[in-house]
Amino acid sequence: MKLFERRDYYAGALMMALGTGAAIVGSRYEIGSLTRMGPGFFPTALGILLAFIGVLIAGAAPYTRASESGTAELGAPDWRGWACIVSGALLFILLASHAGLVLATFACVFIAAMGDRGNSWKEALGLAAAITLFGVVLFSFVLRVQIPLFGSM
Amino acid sequence: MEIGFADLLHGFSVALQPQNLLYCLIGVVAGNMVGVLPGMGVLSAISILLPLTYGMPPVGAILMLAGLAYGAQYGGAICSILLNLPCHPPHAVTCLDGFPLAKQGKGGTALGITMMGAVFGAAFGILQMIFTAPFIAKIAFQFTSADICSLMLLGLLAGSTLAKGSPLKGVAMTILGLLLGLVGQDINTGVERFTFGIIDLDDGIEIVALSLGLFGIAEFLRSVNKTLPINTAYTKLGVSDLRPSGADLKKAAFPVLRGTLIGSLCSMIPGTGPTIASFVAYATEKKISKTPERFGHGAIEGVAAPEASTHSSVQGDFIPTMSLGIPGDAVMALLLGALIIHGITPGPRLIVEHPDMFWGLIASFWIGNLMLIFLNVPMIGVWVKMLMVPYRYLFPSALFFICIGVFAAKNTLFDVVTTLFFGVFGYLLVLLRFEPAPILLGFVLGPRFEENFRRALVISRGDLTTFLSHPISAFFLTLCVGLIVAQLWVRMRRKSPLAVASTASD
Repeated sequence: MKLFERRDYYAGALMMALGTGAAIVGSRYEIGSLTRMGPGFFPTALGILLAFIGVLIAGAAPYTRASESGTAELGAPDWRGWACIVSGALLFILLASHAGLVLATFACVFIAAMGDRGNSWKEALGLAAAITLFGVVLFSFVLRVQIPLFGSM
Repeated sequence: MEIGFADLLHGFSVALQPQNLLYCLIGVVAGNMVGVLPGMGVLSAISILLPLTYGMPPVGAILMLAGLAYGAQYGGAICSILLNLPCHPPHAVTCLDGFPLAKQGKGGTALGITMMGAVFGAAFGILQMIFTAPFIAKIAFQFTSADICSLMLLGLLAGSTLAKGSPLKGVAMTILGLLLGLVGQDINTGVERFTFGIIDLDDGIEIVALSLGLFGIAEFLRSVNKTLPINTAYTKLGVSDLRPSGADLKKAAFPVLRGTLIGSLCSMIPGTGPTIASFVAYATEKKISKTPERFGHGAIEGVAAPEASTHSSVQGDFIPTMSLGIPGDAVMALLLGALIIHGITPGPRLIVEHPDMFWGLIASFWIGNLMLIFLNVPMIGVWVKMLMVPYRYLFPSALFFICIGVFAAKNTLFDVVTTLFFGVFGYLLVLLRFEPAPILLGFVLGPRFEENFRRALVISRGDLTTFLSHPISAFFLTLCVGLIVAQLWVRMRRKSPLAVASTASD
């Protein structure tokens, strides 16, 4: 167990970056006055506040014991699962707009299922086929979601 | 003020309409299922179903989505007791004594007691809502913009600091949510903010995309290949096992009562939802028990009290949401978002302007809880079978449902891209030990917060002291300060029940 939470430096830095960014972009809109607030007032104020909280988070890092700050130990990301889930969703987006619902569903489920080390490619194929069948009946025939079965939108 | 008995009857006439009954049934069945399936969250489930309700009448839609919220509580207990999986935070504490009971072959008894506690807790929570919500709304009628603003601030502050994890990070997440809520055209001036020239962002970020990214995809990224093998050795049970013995009933009666009261208290404090209620209830039982050493080894009180408190608190959580328009947690924020999408302005006027919605919802709570009992007791075997669906089949299917659900919200694939973005971003947040739930609170309340803030300052001609000169507003601000001071106090001496609850849930 680490003595303190080193990740809080990154966490604080991320909030500082997001807050500063929001404040800079927000200040480009009209700020106005307290009486007549422009559209820029609120985003700028929130951005500054967020950056300030970021400073506090980073500042508190040396005093935070690792176990106190929330979620249990995650370990390193699982890159295979990661790649497969992200590309499954990307494939759905690409194929739904160009090749239709059937292919999009099949590819999305198959690729995502391959991300789990417990699934063989046969199991992934079977799961993808089952979900495709179910998805087409439910979303295309029953709920009439506006993606063609085959072909581009 | 008279409690409208006629109103309640009217509510039943709404909720008993065949289509509303059907929506309620779909909601509670889906909720129960989501509760049982390890690795599926209530937030994702509501978000997936939300786009499908866009074409439905608003009352039916809300009955269904609310059914999901409380139905999941029933399923979650099954998962905790029989599998020792704290898949739903409010039921994490039930594992402590529920699973040892299951190991001793008394899993059925534990479930039976849970059901009884659930019904009692839920009934109390609903009664509480019938009597207090119209009353609170009546008071809130007189709130000025400044008062509403301070109340929202209190809600946001409580929601972000009392939940799990570091309070400071919770506040950061809330502000991030408020900022995300600003994306799109400004209502007052029409200026586009934070859209970066993307036309699809003009109407703001789609709430379904945000929530499915943060709680759906991010969760898959987090748990893929990391789930532990499920131990299904103690899942064999039939209907007759559910009947508790007289001795067990006697032991559980007072814990159920105490749990219910704790749950209803927790639902009154904004930001403390069912999770905290269940931990406090457990801690209380253990403290006042004459035989605290039995806890953790299968004490029936350790199941009865937290379960009753969860249910009374989930029902009670609807009170601030429906009477003030201030949600206590992310689930309620999502339901509030659903109301807004269906064109209903949340706030104290809701009960008067949409009696169908409010009283129909209350009536549907009774009906829905009754349905859940009939779903769970005779069909316990079905749910237990469902426990065995492995995660490796579940998440690829869920990914598809997320993609198509988000698409269906506005018929645009751009929202699916947004979802993926928030999925990856949400994973980054979790890696950095942020709890993303308050983002949703900020996101939903953001636009109304800004509107009221601006209006309050226009009325007072830019005088910031208006927030202190209005007595109601000043009162809420005092509570805010009190909350912060109390938090610091707890940090200094980590022995209070809340601190115990937050460390125990880690």
